[in-house]
Amino acid sequence: MSYEDFIGKEYPSFTAEIEKGRIRQFANAIGETNPVYNDEKAASDAGYKSLPAPPTFSFAIAMDAGQSFNILEDMEIPVTRAVHGAQGFTYKQAICAGDEITGIQKITNVFEKKGGALLFIEAEIGMVNQNGDSVCDLQTTVIVRNG
Amino acid sequence: MPKFDDFNVGDAIPETTKGPITRTQLALFAGASGDHNPIHLDDEEARKGGLPGVIAHGMLNMAYLGQLLSDFVPQSNIRSFSARFVAMTVPGDTITCRGEVAEKREENGEKRLDLKIVAVNQKDETVLDGAASIALD
Repeated sequence: MSYEDFIGKEYPSFTAEIEKGRIRQFANAIGETNPVYNDEKAASDAGYKSLPAPPTFSFAIAMDAGQSFNILEDMEIPVTRAVHGAQGFTYKQAICAGDEITGIQKITNVFEKKGGALLFIEAEIGMVNQNGDSVCDLQTTVIVRNG
Repeated sequence: MPKFDDFNVGDAIPETTKGPITRTQLALFAGASGDHNPIHLDDEEARKGGLPGVIAHGMLNMAYLGQLLSDFVPQSNIRSFSARFVAMTVPGDTITCRGEVAEKREENGEKRLDLKIVAVNQKDETVLDGAASIALD
């Protein structure tokens, strides 16, 4: 298969339950001290139904589901030749503890740069909650060194 | 709560400094983020990959940059946030995150500040280079 054949590839959906303890653990690991990420009352006072997931938490949801760099395996590229080049998030609605999040990853672009020395793989994951509301889109760029 | 009218293009938002990054923190972040790649945990494994030793997770630095934003406004006001991973960081590094207003505009009837954001290490070398869009009244 040529690399262009992977453009448009869509993976089966994955689902994750968002646990309060995991949000606290994540907040602690990143040195986040804002009580909204740790204390139910602070979260509620700030208008959240439960502890909100910090801005980059959704990437951990994708990691847990094995949906972050799995394209590398499909393209038979050793993970040691790849780096996470860029990451983006578009936010529609908060992800909170207690939510059940469903995501689908799609490979949006694969292209070469520098005369083929570098391969860029771009993927997007759309996440929706248990109500079918779109909560967050993730854009991931992986860069592979060829040769 | 910051106000849209209080900011002009080129104005800085309050910076935030995190770290120094420790090995313990990398272990905690591995568990919390689901990224168990041994290059963040085990010097020997990192050296096999051609690195001098363990390196920090890029997403840990991006989480720091996220705190620049969530310290500035409630998280629910962040509309988008992106970054390029420019350089590696290692235990001992201190990360400072800064942002400035790149553009003021309206989208979907909402006032937006588009920010240029950056994370630098203690030598002022850029490790992350990014952008964010924030909704403000």
